[in-house]
Amino acid sequence: MATAVLDVIQEIRDVPVEAYEGPVHPDWCPGCGDYGVLKALQKALAYLQIDPSQVVVVSGIGCSSNLPGFIRAYGFHGLHGRALPVAEGIKLANPRLHVVVTGGDGDGYGIGMGHFIHAMRRNLDITYIVMNNQIYGLTTGQVSPTSMKGVRTKSTPYGNIEPPVNPIALALMSGATYVARGFSGDPNHLASLVAHGIRHRGFALIDVFSPCVTYNNVNTYAWFRQRVYRLEDEGHDPSDFARAVEKALEFGDRIPIGLFYEIEVETYEDLEPAYKRGIPVDQPLGLSPEEGARLVQAWM
Amino acid sequence: MSRQEITVGVGGEAGEGIGRTGDSIAKIAARHGLHIYAYNSYQSVIRGGHVWLRIRIATEKIHNHGDHLNVLIALNQDTLDRHLREVDSDGWVLFNTEVVRVPEDHRGDLRYCGVPCKALCKDLGYKPVMQNTVLLGAATWVLQLDFSYVEGVMQDIFKHKGAPVVRENVQVAWRGYEYARENFPPIHSPFPRGPKPLAVTTGNEMFALGAVAAGCKFYAAYPMTPASSILHWFARYGPELGVVVKQCEDELAVINFAIGAGFAGVRALCATSGGGFSLMTEAIGEAAMTETPVVVINAMRGGPSTGLPTKTEQADFWQLFGASQGDYPKMILAPTDALDCYYTMAEAFNWAERYQIPVLVASDLYLSEHRETVDPADIRFDVPIDRGESALREWPEDREYKRFADTPTGVSPRVLPGTPGVCYTAATDEHDERGILISDVGTDPVKRKKSMDKRMRKLRFLRQEIPAPQVIGPERADVTLVGWGSTKGILIEAADRLTRAGISTNVLALKYLYPFPSDGVMDVLRRSPKVIVVEQNYTGQLMRHIRAETGFLAHGAVRKYDGEPMEPAYVVQGVKAILEDGISVFPGE
Repeated sequence: MATAVLDVIQEIRDVPVEAYEGPVHPDWCPGCGDYGVLKALQKALAYLQIDPSQVVVVSGIGCSSNLPGFIRAYGFHGLHGRALPVAEGIKLANPRLHVVVTGGDGDGYGIGMGHFIHAMRRNLDITYIVMNNQIYGLTTGQVSPTSMKGVRTKSTPYGNIEPPVNPIALALMSGATYVARGFSGDPNHLASLVAHGIRHRGFALIDVFSPCVTYNNVNTYAWFRQRVYRLEDEGHDPSDFARAVEKALEFGDRIPIGLFYEIEVETYEDLEPAYKRGIPVDQPLGLSPEEGARLVQAWM
Repeated sequence: MSRQEITVGVGGEAGEGIGRTGDSIAKIAARHGLHIYAYNSYQSVIRGGHVWLRIRIATEKIHNHGDHLNVLIALNQDTLDRHLREVDSDGWVLFNTEVVRVPEDHRGDLRYCGVPCKALCKDLGYKPVMQNTVLLGAATWVLQLDFSYVEGVMQDIFKHKGAPVVRENVQVAWRGYEYARENFPPIHSPFPRGPKPLAVTTGNEMFALGAVAAGCKFYAAYPMTPASSILHWFARYGPELGVVVKQCEDELAVINFAIGAGFAGVRALCATSGGGFSLMTEAIGEAAMTETPVVVINAMRGGPSTGLPTKTEQADFWQLFGASQGDYPKMILAPTDALDCYYTMAEAFNWAERYQIPVLVASDLYLSEHRETVDPADIRFDVPIDRGESALREWPEDREYKRFADTPTGVSPRVLPGTPGVCYTAATDEHDERGILISDVGTDPVKRKKSMDKRMRKLRFLRQEIPAPQVIGPERADVTLVGWGSTKGILIEAADRLTRAGISTNVLALKYLYPFPSDGVMDVLRRSPKVIVVEQNYTGQLMRHIRAETGFLAHGAVRKYDGEPMEPAYVVQGVKAILEDGISVFPGE
């Protein structure tokens, strides 16, 4: 599996993405890491040859959450922190759809943290891409749940006194069955992580270092380039949970990106009892007289 | 046959089987073809506390739990002490002589029917938990109900525990029946049987069944009294009916799950009580902005905050009305009885889908949890299902698709995700006809106004569809009682009593609260010399709403906010106080 990510990088590099180009160009700042994420998602869908009409991209609020508007697919742009529940509802109603959730660190690890943990333990077949820039960008540069201790922002002028959330460790502990981290500065590696995440049966988290070039002058492309290394290059075995946890805690001079952990287990959809009648969105509406009479009989 | 009616109260502490005794009496009566209406007054405890169930039994359909008591079944001393004074003259008091003592200064106008439960059943392996079954048997004699139905009900309750347990309980009940037959005269001649057995149901169960009949395929909830029994019904029957049922981590998730499912193209429902609804409010606006159909039931309980978890109130109207920031189209419905709960679901889904809006349904603990008999023939399964232009699965290749196309009605054709050849984004940020959500587009004043006009235009057409309110009773009367939702059955009975007391009274029971049918309401109010608004809250939320929507100021108000439901006698007393004492609000401070 470790090598699978590297194998795909070459194939995904030049895959044409025109079919996934949205109706407008993004209004992100020039140089924003989110451009790389958008491109990576388009490449992943193109590589997997998924028709745009079979994809729903769901988001919350924030710069990164505007992504559904920039890609050709069905999209739902929702409330701050609530993208995952919307996505889960969509997936349960129509499990045929490929559901991809895109958002930022504030959206997913701050206001949406509760949903994040519960979505992972449910293991619905959803791909969640978090553009983690360690800052609140759209609200002009306040501290985020992944901001490093000590950083000075508009809302922490004397330095951040809270330690950051560790999304990778959290995902491993919450039962996510595909846990990866990408970097906008390594777009083909990221695209291959996304492609594998979409193909993975179950909940896939792809946390992405996606630098904010306007408000985060600490965690810059250069800062990451000095530190990140690919787990795949060091022969990390993603089936080794204990080793994945060890790697999740590594954050300093060296920061791993790549696939930390993957396991294939039953998805929520495999267990959903209502699917015995078929997919909800395909069901005829209403009750037959026999069904209705049987239900009323229970009250007699 | 003239109407016969008996009201039975059963009380004890939680865990003593009051619910089971009450349900058994209700079921036995319903199997006779008799009507019941029952209300359970309980507290937020699992064991202990005081649980009090009042069951009204009648030969004709009844619409509230009444305000008097003919038979008291006291499972503990506390119940006897609390409720003895409520029993009508010549009424009956049933109790276990080994547990309850009649006080020295007891009322002389009652029949005290003590049953020595343990002594009577010691050869049958009597355990203290069986006292309610012995007393149920005795009550069956006193009420002149057929004992064979007791056997059937015991079978229903205990069959999962095996035949010996069923037999044991039937025997114990029979001892109670025999003892009563030998020692107490019955309350009247045998209850005449109705033409056929009736169903005993609750408002919540009728919401659930109505939703499924209307094509609901997704139900999400977080447990919260008094909405939880909707979840329980769906959890039990959902899988076999093809309904995905999801208990979520919180109400924020619940409503967003439902909106997601609605967006994907299924009819999605969620329910909660006021506190949970507070958490949902932001997403109600999201549904309106993304034009995603969703139906939300708010089963109100006493507030504010967590307030009275197990008590009833109608004080969330403003919350429903003001849910979510900004102006947006929505609908608020307040069904009035169990059957109405059923049919309201079809209306709610049709309106939600045809107008692509959130539809909010106001219930309350009284409506949601009361037990009521319904004639199964009145439950039609072929309810009208009209999705309008809301679930299209194809779109012609040669026609441009705009998800939020500006149309004369404000309703745009909605193609479901997964449909080939079409793609769009539904955005909660302001957007244009195509759904483009970049800031330049959404904040453009011309486009913004156009988008708002398109969405809000739906209300104009929706309002035209709302049925005109009908006055119940005489066209013209001295007094018009105006209420909303669950109090309808109480108001009708109160009006009847007032009319018989010489104050001709009619009723305007409002179900359609928003958009408000102002013209129809004014037609009724204008004719009435005395309009009294009756509601179960402190501030007169409906009264103020009527004033806001019509400019009409009611003459008086009857209000109740102590947690217990309105009763006909309370309304009668309130109206008389307003007419005679010249006060404007009953009870006032």
